[in-house]
Amino acid sequence: MASQAERYKSGVMPYAQMGYWDEHYSPKDTDIIAVFRITPQDGVDPIEAAAAVAGESSTATWTVVWTDRLTACDLYRAKAYRVDPVPGVPGQYFSYIAYDLALFEEGSIANLTASIIGNVFGFKPLKALRLEDMRIPVAYLKTFQGPATGIVVERERLDKFGRPLLGATTKPKLGLSSKNYGRVVYEALKGGLDFVKDDENINSQPFMHWRDRFLYCMEAVNKAAAATGEIKGHYLNVTAATMEDMYERADFAKQLGSCIVMIDLVIGYTAIQSMAKWARRNDMVLHLHRAGHGTYTRQKNHGVSFRVIAKWMRMAGVDHIHAGTVVGKLEGDPNVIKGIYSVCRDSFTKQNFEQGVFFDQDWAGLRKVMPVASGGIHAGQMHQLITYLGEDVVLQFGGGTIGHPDGIQAGATANRVALEAMIKARNEGRDIWNEGPQILAAAAKWCSPLRAALDTWKDVTFNYQSTDTADFVPTATPA
Amino acid sequence: MRITQGTFSFLPDLTDAEIRAQIQYALDQGWAIGVEHTDDPHPRNFYWEMWGNPMFDLRDAAGALSEVLACRKAHGHAYIRVNAFDSTRGFETTRLSFIVNRPVEEPGFLLKRNEVGGRQIQYTIESYAAARAPEGRRYGERTD
Repeated sequence: MASQAERYKSGVMPYAQMGYWDEHYSPKDTDIIAVFRITPQDGVDPIEAAAAVAGESSTATWTVVWTDRLTACDLYRAKAYRVDPVPGVPGQYFSYIAYDLALFEEGSIANLTASIIGNVFGFKPLKALRLEDMRIPVAYLKTFQGPATGIVVERERLDKFGRPLLGATTKPKLGLSSKNYGRVVYEALKGGLDFVKDDENINSQPFMHWRDRFLYCMEAVNKAAAATGEIKGHYLNVTAATMEDMYERADFAKQLGSCIVMIDLVIGYTAIQSMAKWARRNDMVLHLHRAGHGTYTRQKNHGVSFRVIAKWMRMAGVDHIHAGTVVGKLEGDPNVIKGIYSVCRDSFTKQNFEQGVFFDQDWAGLRKVMPVASGGIHAGQMHQLITYLGEDVVLQFGGGTIGHPDGIQAGATANRVALEAMIKARNEGRDIWNEGPQILAAAAKWCSPLRAALDTWKDVTFNYQSTDTADFVPTATPA
Repeated sequence: MRITQGTFSFLPDLTDAEIRAQIQYALDQGWAIGVEHTDDPHPRNFYWEMWGNPMFDLRDAAGALSEVLACRKAHGHAYIRVNAFDSTRGFETTRLSFIVNRPVEEPGFLLKRNEVGGRQIQYTIESYAAARAPEGRRYGERTD
């Protein structure tokens, strides 16, 4: 390293030489670590590119500034400390960057993300950049509230154990009057679902004002609860233009006795954290619909992986998050989905490269987020869904409930019977992966709604190549 | 109506052999079995009467099933459920809960609507059985 005078001479200097690359750096337990997939422009050295990412996501600008010398600048510089080629993908590299905890404001996703994904994604020397994973130190996690309710408390409040929860999104998602909309909610809940859901873009449109929707939906919820003796819920979407509007809608939902409200990811991290605090104060389960995420999570070379978004959302404090189905109509490689579910549900997530999980993550007692599987799934896939997704998940069959040939109640009953029959069989030691179709067929003998569902959707699958897949196969040795 | 609380209420009533298989599954997970009964099946009646403490030291499904049968003998007119408790850090909660006995006749619930300001309604769910008789006499014979 040059003398301090040389180092701070005015002009431009490679980021690596400015102190943003240190191959000998050993991250501290309190450091935040990020791993980025970088695709440098042709001719740009990957180490310099990694150092540039570290620089631009912490203290650097494009030129040397003397004002660094007024600070403990070595501490504040993020340090790229490792660059590995991505297995089997020429021109791409995983770069590991450590950030000192002093760089971040406590309890603020907005501050964390303003650093980590703030400026750097538009940086010219890189063709593309993707944030693959982060290790959040326990010290930082403890400054976050975490899920307002969490899986354990949600189940205790609902008094529902031992099986996935069942939901559906009201369809058509736009256009129904409030009264007709509530009809769908009632039929689905009475038929056997635990939850019905507003869709992401149901807010307060000309065809249905939010207050009307809330009133009719709560009639449906309570009527279904009385008809079944079970606790029921409808995710009332409180997404709105301003925080004041959202609080007004959430307060009204509470006043009406709803056990759950819903927000969309597009409201932004700060609004999400505000709603999580509101939900904790008001004994409310908070459902997050990940509207918009596909714009930046899906392509492997650029953006933010959904596992990182899931980590941020657990910290921000949501109780439910849409996290993929594997078998449905939306993006979802089985390994990547498993990694995302682990991030939501583990007390301690183990490093698992095959599932895209780059780090051990101690969740420091933060409550667990219930993943939601929604989009193009039906009763005939029950054995696959339980095998892939486990028990702590909400399975949402929208079309698979409302599109049932014998009506919505029958659709809901088909799903509930398929679910209970499969859980019972699994607990009895049956191999549901292989015997699933027979188990369903046996239940369909005495349950005609299930029989009709199986006949209607028996061959529906969505077998397309996943875009977001893990880069590591069990035998590969990166580096 | 049929109250559909619990993990398996949409299936035909479990036979004793099927109950035992579920208990075996819970014991295999390291969970403790508890038996509870009530004649107040309100969905927010979280505290059913315990048929003794959860059986933390009992690892034998036949033994746990015999407690279910004994409870059924004493409270055969009421609802009985089997719970499985998991003490693992991060759970420390019920992991399985299913009804193993129910009254012959289930009258269900009245939805009471209290019309308040504007178009708002305050809802209350009331069990017909609980409203018509004191505890222990709601489903025919004394069950307490």
